[in-house]
Amino acid sequence: MGRVLIWGYMTVLYGFIFLPVAVLVLFSFQDSRLPVPPFNGPSLKWYGQVLGDSDLMAALGNSFLVALVSSAVALLLGFLAAHALARYRLPGSVLMRGVLIAPMTVSYLIIALGLLTVFNKIGLPPSLLATGIGHVVINLPLCFAILYAAMGDQQKNAERAARDLGASEVRVLWLVSAPMLMAPLLAAFFLSVTFSWDEFIIAFLLTRFEVTLPVEIWSMLRSGLSPKTNAIGSLVFLVSVALLIVLDLVVFRKSRR
Amino acid sequence: MASVDQSERNRALGFVTPALLWVLVFFIIPFGVMIAMSLSRLEGRAIVPGLSGENYTRFFTEPSLLKGLTNSLEITAIVTVISILLAYPLAWIIAMRVPARYQRLALMLAVLPFWTSYVVRSYSWLLVLGQNGVVNKTLMGLGMIAEPLEIASTRGATVIGFVHFFVMLLTLTIYANLIQLSPNYARAAADLGASAFATFRHVILPLTLPGVMTGAFLTFVLCIGDYITPQILGGNNELTLPQLIMLQLGRRGDFPMASAMSIILMGVVTLAYFACARWLKLDRV
Repeated sequence: MGRVLIWGYMTVLYGFIFLPVAVLVLFSFQDSRLPVPPFNGPSLKWYGQVLGDSDLMAALGNSFLVALVSSAVALLLGFLAAHALARYRLPGSVLMRGVLIAPMTVSYLIIALGLLTVFNKIGLPPSLLATGIGHVVINLPLCFAILYAAMGDQQKNAERAARDLGASEVRVLWLVSAPMLMAPLLAAFFLSVTFSWDEFIIAFLLTRFEVTLPVEIWSMLRSGLSPKTNAIGSLVFLVSVALLIVLDLVVFRKSRR
Repeated sequence: MASVDQSERNRALGFVTPALLWVLVFFIIPFGVMIAMSLSRLEGRAIVPGLSGENYTRFFTEPSLLKGLTNSLEITAIVTVISILLAYPLAWIIAMRVPARYQRLALMLAVLPFWTSYVVRSYSWLLVLGQNGVVNKTLMGLGMIAEPLEIASTRGATVIGFVHFFVMLLTLTIYANLIQLSPNYARAAADLGASAFATFRHVILPLTLPGVMTGAFLTFVLCIGDYITPQILGGNNELTLPQLIMLQLGRRGDFPMASAMSIILMGVVTLAYFACARWLKLDRV
């Protein structure tokens, strides 16, 4: 392929990929009431409105809470299960692995509908708790798979040495295995946080009064286009990218050295 | 020794049990309940348990419902094909033509919009494609059209929104595949007199086919199960299966029908899995 063709193709595709994000961010600085051309900003008033919107801020807090707690639970359960299946020979371990991975193969809508049906039956009302339970279901397979794949033989020997020196199993896990697996543990945790943070359909079906951020943004969309939606969208983008850069610097640079 | 083995085994079972219980209680049992639900019937507002296949027969005989499935399949097929055709060259350029030290940056930039929220990403396309959105305003400003084009609230808008997302995803998976190939394959083919195109056609493409198929399967699964993109961008003209499922839940609380349709959706995904199983290496994604 010629250089011109290559540059042309890259320009077009990167343009396509960036177009919606660029428009989103640009019109978050719009001065008038509609986030469409012509651009007549820049103005920060919509960011002011976002920060002053108590519903939106509550949803932001809820999202953080659900993401952090559900990811922590998924990570803990996934870590223990991966440790058991990677280190011990258990009868039926293939079946167990299959069961733990299974939720990954089903679309979120189906997981949400199943939980909604069961929660209705047992009388657990739609809530952040219900949503958090659902988010553990989707993130547990992910944490398990990442950690199971990361558990190699180097750690096995260190664990055995610690055990021979009289450490209890919990101490072995906490003081030997976990520190040696710091990079995959962090990666699994941050991925889970990202998925939970951005998850819509489970949160939509399993919350009612207290909602998460994607659900709150969804209800903002009903009233049509607004630069305020652009502003909250841009803020989310900014936070995610910042998180990504930190993750890249802290976790992956370190593990590559 | 036997007793040591036994106690070790018990301890290991203790570690794995909480996770298994969680999946059992919050995934497998709900799924079973959903199957039972799909065999029940809705009479008035009451759900009557039973073992009837009525919901399934109704789905396949009622055109308005069946149309949801064909719409979903058509959209998903179009999206998967276009996304691969767009993403493969980009992944190839990044892997083969971009200097090694810039590849990471090029790849990170190519997937940067991943990090906007999913709902917001679809909304952004509304700003671009809407009645007085960027595309229409630009084309009218250039005098290329007199009236704004009707792009939002059509199948085209849904497809564009999906393709945007999956081009990013596929660029990643295909790049991961290309970068693993040893340059010796291409060199050997060239030494044997193959043209650049023949090398690509007979060497590179077959070697990357498993990666492409894995990406295509992922695209298929995520695309056919998605509610947000068609709901925001497609409007209410051609409903997809997930939109119809949500409609059953919202309008009448028809859990039996919604469950039956979800299981049909899952069946379709399972069929797709078996159709491309021999190329898939899901454990290597």
